[in-house]
Amino acid sequence: MTTPLLEVDDLHVSFHTAAGVVEAVRGVSFSLGRERLGIVGESGSGKTMTGRSVLRLIRPPGRITAKAMRFDGQDLLTLPERRMRALRGSRIAMVMQDPKYSLNPVMKVGEQLTEGLRRRERVSRAEAKRRALAALEAVQIRDPERVFHAYPHELSGGMGQRVMIAMMLIPDPALLIADEPTSALDVTVQAEVLRILDGLVRERGMGLIFISHDLRLVSRFCDRVLVMYRGRVVEELDATGLDAARHPYTRGLLNCLPRIGGDRGPLPTLQRDAAWAE
Amino acid sequence: MSFIEIDDLEVTFRAKGRLVHAVRGVSLSVERHESFGLVGESGSGKSTILRAICGMAPVTAGSIRIAGERVRHGRAFTRRVQMVFQDPFASLHPRHTIDRTLSEPLAIHGIGDRDAKVNQALEDVGLGRGFRFRFPHQLSGGQRQRVAIARALMLEPEILLLDEPTSALDASVQAEALNLLSRLREERGLTFLMVSHDLAVVDHMCDRLLVMKEGRAVEQLDRAALAGGTMQAEYTRELFAASADRLTG
Ligand SMILES: Nc1ncnc2c1ncn2[C@@H]1O[C@H](COP(=O)(O)OP(=O)(O)OP(=O)(O)O)[C@@H](O)[C@H]1O
Ligand SMILES: Nc1ncnc2c1ncn2[C@@H]1O[C@H](COP(=O)(O)OP(=O)(O)OP(=O)(O)O)[C@@H](O)[C@H]1O
Ligand SMILES: [Mg+2]
Ligand SMILES: [Mg+2]
Repeated sequence: MTTPLLEVDDLHVSFHTAAGVVEAVRGVSFSLGRERLGIVGESGSGKTMTGRSVLRLIRPPGRITAKAMRFDGQDLLTLPERRMRALRGSRIAMVMQDPKYSLNPVMKVGEQLTEGLRRRERVSRAEAKRRALAALEAVQIRDPERVFHAYPHELSGGMGQRVMIAMMLIPDPALLIADEPTSALDVTVQAEVLRILDGLVRERGMGLIFISHDLRLVSRFCDRVLVMYRGRVVEELDATGLDAARHPYTRGLLNCLPRIGGDRGPLPTLQRDAAWAE
Repeated sequence: MSFIEIDDLEVTFRAKGRLVHAVRGVSLSVERHESFGLVGESGSGKSTILRAICGMAPVTAGSIRIAGERVRHGRAFTRRVQMVFQDPFASLHPRHTIDRTLSEPLAIHGIGDRDAKVNQALEDVGLGRGFRFRFPHQLSGGQRQRVAIARALMLEPEILLLDEPTSALDASVQAEALNLLSRLREERGLTFLMVSHDLAVVDHMCDRLLVMKEGRAVEQLDRAALAGGTMQAEYTRELFAASADRLTG
């Protein structure tokens, strides 16, 4: 077997706050090849913190510990911050859950899209713009030229999300961590964005971590799915899908979903069991 | 006369000499106690319509009436109409604790019993008391969205404008939030105008819906037409087809 692109062994993330210690991630392990790995789970279960840990983007007082965390042969736990910075946004890219908050509010979208490209690859201004417009068009932005010159607050929620995706795709990363990348998109635009991500995995051999709360979407789209609950992975599903799910949390989730044409009584909710968090 | 009446609304942003026609002549009406859905393409003007109702978008033509009167945006309006924003991070003050975010509207409107009301609101959205003195950056995305829902409910408004209120929530927390909203609508006789890209959520919550694309209304449907798949417009059919995994069975 070839070595995986990313290996995470026994990851913990904790926050020491005045009110006590919050253990956001409690012993998560997985490895990733050139494939689509989904992470689903409850709100607050530690999905975002797991993704950010790979980039060492946990703000103090948060602390990351792990037995191992390796990307393409490099030890992410000990890599000097300078080299970590060089990895971020080039070989490893992350689409943040709060796109409008993660974009620089006082910088035009176009400058943000071309900045890294011009710095890393030293391409001309015109070439950088051409590639940025092409990326915006790929994510189904209707008026790329206008959006190129717009500020983030002038974008709709889903447009901000797509700009963020475009920005992360321009450097052609080896690993993309996408945190709820399609949660603000209508279903037809969402399908197009998924098609692009899929193409990158298949054609360029990118590794993809797809974080989402949408179990149906993730199980349809990903090769494997980790289900998180209270900071732990409670179940791993392969492509055969949701019918094979065993954990009561995973199975319970499916019952909570509203359906088109369903009756409109209260939706079933989960009776959470303290034992699930063990 | 309907409770909320929007007639031929146009919203045009002016950005560095460019005009952005975000809403191009949209009309809709919502009855009292009704729940009305807005769906459509990303960037089609859904959020802009909600913001226009709140006086936060440049209306260039048309009118917005509530209970027969043109809206005026003051304290009385805030008491009556509350909005849950699509982007909960941007709408929560970064340096205010959750406690302050939830109790400030009560203080401004001179409402007492704040301590109990804040605890109740947190419980209603499934956040324990442990979250009360946290800051927004100490919460996950879905936890922030729940704070935004709790805040909108603090003043017990008559009308809730909900912009993708559950799109950051997993199925279990979404079910709890939707059940809470439905229960409050029943108990307090609320009126909802709700944006969602999840047709199953819209079907569950709304009696009627308007489909939008490129600033225009494409088609208005009632629930039976949505569930039965008997829509007229090509675009609505595409949306429906792409939502096949949201159907019953
Ligand atoms: N700075 C912090 N201080 C204390 N607790 C924190 C902090 N940041 C995050 N947390 C907690 O860590 C837990 C995991 O957060 P995370 O953002 O990873 O959740 P998530 O699975 O991405 O949820 P969502 O689907 O709602 O985005 C949450 O319960 C959150 O409240
Ligand atoms: N302040 C602004 N200045 C200029 N243009 C704006 C501004 N706010 C919104 N727009 C534009 O108005 C259009 C409609 O945006 P709106 O946020 O209403 O879309 P939406 O239907 O809510 O989309 P989404 O589903 O992606 O949230 C978009 O083209 C957007 O770029
Ligand atoms: Mg998250
Ligand atoms: Mg919107």
